[in-house]
Amino acid sequence: MANEVCFRTLEYLKQPWELEEYKSRGGYEVLTHILKNKVGPSEVVETMKASGLRGRGGAGFPTGLKWSFISRNAPGQKYVVCNSDEGEPGTFKDRDILRYNPHQLIEGMVIAGYAIGATVGYNYIRGEFWEEYERFEAALEQARAAGFLGDNLLGSGFDFQLHSHLGGGAYVCGEETALLESIEGKKGQPRFKPPFPAHFGLYGRPTIINNTESLSSVPVILKEGGEWFKELGVENSGGSKLFSISGNINNPGVFEVPLGTPFSELFELVGGMKDGRKLKAVIPGGCSSPVIPGEQMMDLTMDYDAIQKAGSMLGSGAIVIIDDQQCMVKMLDRMSYFYHEESCGQCTPCREGTGWLWRVVNRIENGKGRQEDLDLLESVCGKIAGRTVCALGDAAAMPVRGMLKYFQEEFQYHIDHKRCMVGAGPTKGLG
Amino acid sequence: MKILNNPLQARNKEEIFSEEIRQDIDCWIAKYPPEWKQSAVMAALRIMQDDNGGWLTTELMDDVAEYLDMSPIHVYEVATFYSMYELKPVGKHKICICTNIACMINDSDSIVKHLKKKLEIGFGEVTEDGRFSLKEVECLGACGGAPMFQIGRKYYENLTPQVVDSILDGLE
Repeated sequence: MANEVCFRTLEYLKQPWELEEYKSRGGYEVLTHILKNKVGPSEVVETMKASGLRGRGGAGFPTGLKWSFISRNAPGQKYVVCNSDEGEPGTFKDRDILRYNPHQLIEGMVIAGYAIGATVGYNYIRGEFWEEYERFEAALEQARAAGFLGDNLLGSGFDFQLHSHLGGGAYVCGEETALLESIEGKKGQPRFKPPFPAHFGLYGRPTIINNTESLSSVPVILKEGGEWFKELGVENSGGSKLFSISGNINNPGVFEVPLGTPFSELFELVGGMKDGRKLKAVIPGGCSSPVIPGEQMMDLTMDYDAIQKAGSMLGSGAIVIIDDQQCMVKMLDRMSYFYHEESCGQCTPCREGTGWLWRVVNRIENGKGRQEDLDLLESVCGKIAGRTVCALGDAAAMPVRGMLKYFQEEFQYHIDHKRCMVGAGPTKGLG
Repeated sequence: MKILNNPLQARNKEEIFSEEIRQDIDCWIAKYPPEWKQSAVMAALRIMQDDNGGWLTTELMDDVAEYLDMSPIHVYEVATFYSMYELKPVGKHKICICTNIACMINDSDSIVKHLKKKLEIGFGEVTEDGRFSLKEVECLGACGGAPMFQIGRKYYENLTPQVVDSILDGLE
């Protein structure tokens, strides 16, 4: 039951990124069908709603519902934007879509444009993904030459232009409104919402912005039907999902499996721990999702509800597997540094608070921690979370709380003994 | 004092950049609505940075501003906000090494240590011969191949000190 959606062509084709190969596995058939038969845009949106697809970038908002917020007949320009600004530590799935299945993303974006009445789309690719950008550009060229992009697609009267936009290295641009600001040639600082992009998006126009994986799922959902997709997964978590799995494991990589797959099965897929190490803990949905102890994780299924019930988030499906040689204080030190480094500086609680979090964790890591630091961390988290324009502040606070919840004894040990309970030495400042 | 964007001193666009550069930037401008030329600022800065050996001077940023009809401060904001723009000289080969969690678990520390020793520089520094510079970066989205770094536009994954040696020795 694996590789049904975003990776559906991969095992059959030698160069699945080439147009002809993509077409040989049914590529662009859905788009052709929609355009030739003038399938009603509202029918497309209804199918997307029925599929239960939830935004694969991390927030999990229902994609079909997002599309339905835009009135197709509203006058003026509308936009489809794809968020390929993959930067959540641990996440590397969209890169594989861009590299191996760019045409399915293009097909999905054209269909999205058709559904909401947009004639222009942008794919925002993180600036470091130059090789992926070139692959995507080549696919765009092929699609244009074949008449799947441009004016009057397949004689339908529907126009759709698609361009890529390269980022410049800023995690916060993965936040949808920061990404729009960035396309507009500005610093990527998130906008206050509401208004949401569906009403005031790119260049102030109605815009849908979806993750690469979400948009790439569109052609398959419309081909096989919303119900089919939904049935792949479990209640409240329709479909299959790409999981980027990394850590000290034998076979790291991106795996597409149905939502609701037990973590233990995924753990087998990646071949277990390397070098005889033991599973200690798991970050189930990217760096921002609170850590879960390994034992507990072995009993969980990978779907939105199960992971949420365990106190964390499915997020972008980035599973970071942590082995018993890792020091959780060092781990959190590095994560907190990341949020401090990537805070856009717009909101005081995040700009200042992420610096506090990092400095306090860093001094604990370096044997200068004080007993009151544990309470201080909790207090700073409370002063950031929920008090900022975007979710980066929450994202900085959540892993701190997760670590303190399950691994407080390691922090206490650092404070008491000025050194690690386990393995490696300090991160920053030394060495 | 130089007065920037002074209409009295405004140059023709042709005078600002070479034809090749203009063509490159114009391709990007064409992607966006005509009244949103500034959407091409990130691309223009990248193009100029590549053309200038990997870093941006204030003059180059001013040129970009003039070419895109933007105020210079707006261009400086962009150039300082995004981590891929360099405002001081870098090596011919800019090594951007990820030390975020997935790489850290896979011992990126040892790669960093090896690089610093081999090149005799720290983060943010350039080797004496100008060939290499070293930069610590956040997650580059290739965690399956951790530890990894990017040199120029290319990703190198599953690094070990030996692999690093052969990569660096293979560069011009």
